[in-house]
Amino acid sequence: MRATARLVARADRHGRTTLAELRGESPLLLRQVPAGDGGVTVYVVGGAAGPLAGDDLRLDVEVGPGARVRMHTVAASIALPGRPGAVSRMLVRATVAERAALHWLPEQLVAAAGCAHVADAEVDVAEDGVLHWRDELICGRHGEQPGRAEVNTGVDLAGRPLLRQSLAVGPDAPGWAGPAVLGGAPATGSLLVVDPARPTEPPAVRGTVARLPLTGGTATLWTATAPDAHTLRTLLESEREQLLAAPDSIAVPVDGEGTEVVRVGGGRRGATDRVDRSGRRLGGGARPVRQTAS
Amino acid sequence: MSASTMLLLLADGRFPAGAHAHSSGLEAAVAAGRVTDLSTLAEYLRGRLATAGLVAAAFAAAACRAAGVDPPASAPGTDPNGRHRRSALARLDVELDARTASPAQRTVSRRQGRALLRAGRAIWPTAGFDDLPATPGGPHQPLVLGLVGAAAGLDPAQVATVAVHATVTGSASAAVRLLGLDPYQVQTLLVRLADACDATAARAARAAEQPPRRLPAAAAPLADIHAEAHATWEVRLFAS
Repeated sequence: MRATARLVARADRHGRTTLAELRGESPLLLRQVPAGDGGVTVYVVGGAAGPLAGDDLRLDVEVGPGARVRMHTVAASIALPGRPGAVSRMLVRATVAERAALHWLPEQLVAAAGCAHVADAEVDVAEDGVLHWRDELICGRHGEQPGRAEVNTGVDLAGRPLLRQSLAVGPDAPGWAGPAVLGGAPATGSLLVVDPARPTEPPAVRGTVARLPLTGGTATLWTATAPDAHTLRTLLESEREQLLAAPDSIAVPVDGEGTEVVRVGGGRRGATDRVDRSGRRLGGGARPVRQTAS
Repeated sequence: MSASTMLLLLADGRFPAGAHAHSSGLEAAVAAGRVTDLSTLAEYLRGRLATAGLVAAAFAAAACRAAGVDPPASAPGTDPNGRHRRSALARLDVELDARTASPAQRTVSRRQGRALLRAGRAIWPTAGFDDLPATPGGPHQPLVLGLVGAAAGLDPAQVATVAVHATVTGSASAAVRLLGLDPYQVQTLLVRLADACDATAARAARAAEQPPRRLPAAAAPLADIHAEAHATWEVRLFAS
């Protein structure tokens, strides 16, 4: 199945966002829902199961100067096998103009057994544009191994590369479940926040979520692995909710229930500097080690 | 000197660029309890090859290609072709930054780049290292490796092989020290991975013919998470 959808948002002279274009076709239907804040909220409604291998889906989003758009999907996308040898593709291309904002907060992508799916995102953000971009990948439905899935994200900020990430799981991705990539976690995801009004926050890590300030703009990437989709969403959403409240803290779930906020930063740079000056040190980590001549 | 000896010299862990100080993320993976024995080390190395190894090798090969755009400028700033090389390397640098989400990993890559650059300048004083972007912290290691390889007369595929080799051998020798593994068994594992290393290098060299935007960007969430955790340790055996 081939389908394209397109959304074009503009700000009117009162600063309210209007949709100059909103069209889609099954299984990529777009529905606007009321939003109270002058922006628009649009849901992507899957008009059919899938994507099935062989599907070729494409969504273009254009957020004009000063416009504000939030996008969601009504349900998780479940990439399923189709005819043998076929690949399903979903391409999202978005441009965010000056003073515009795009919040792309879809439900998870689930890579079902036997699927062959490629999800591509190409995003261009103007220098003072705002972007919240969430990606969540669930490797297999309950108790199954995933098929082949690849999530490629490319974001440019003010014409400069900001983020290029490609995560591959499944039989064609050596070591994907191993200790270098996901460590057996079936759920992984990231949240990218580009916002020129926010100061750059220091890096932080707690458990399996890390806050990573990027170069090339006021942009931060949260990246996480989790035992399930719900925990992953809790990790990423609690970070998003903390965004404006406390820039030097990182929220972590406590045994999957609720969150606690941990102060981070501060001592980190000092710790790094001490190691820099002294070079390698004997010992380290959680286990005794013996230094040997090399 | 023949290219094969040059290849061995550059791939040798004793090449004075400080590679022995790095475990390529293994120390943090060991501390997290994720790498505990030979079989988890094998999975770790396979994952590194497909992610960090592929990306580093592709960028090293691309930098080596960029070096071959024209001969090194004898008078930097006056050679119009040198400008192409400089802009190609600058583009590779920002593209590699965009592929390195972890600040700790960016710092390590640039620090290793500086160390390799010192060796490269001492050995090949007339090579075009001045065409590297003057980024704070130094140029990314794969870019320097590409230029060092070009100065040594290697082609992009050979440079990719050196980069991939460094990815697995750095972690493997660190594993011997961190886990007390039998060096013979670890070496056996490396021999078993040789075909995968060659395939990764070949893929990286092919990818290096693409425009910088299209170079591999294989990511590994745990590599970023481990690197940031490791950077906060006050005491550690390896710098990364």
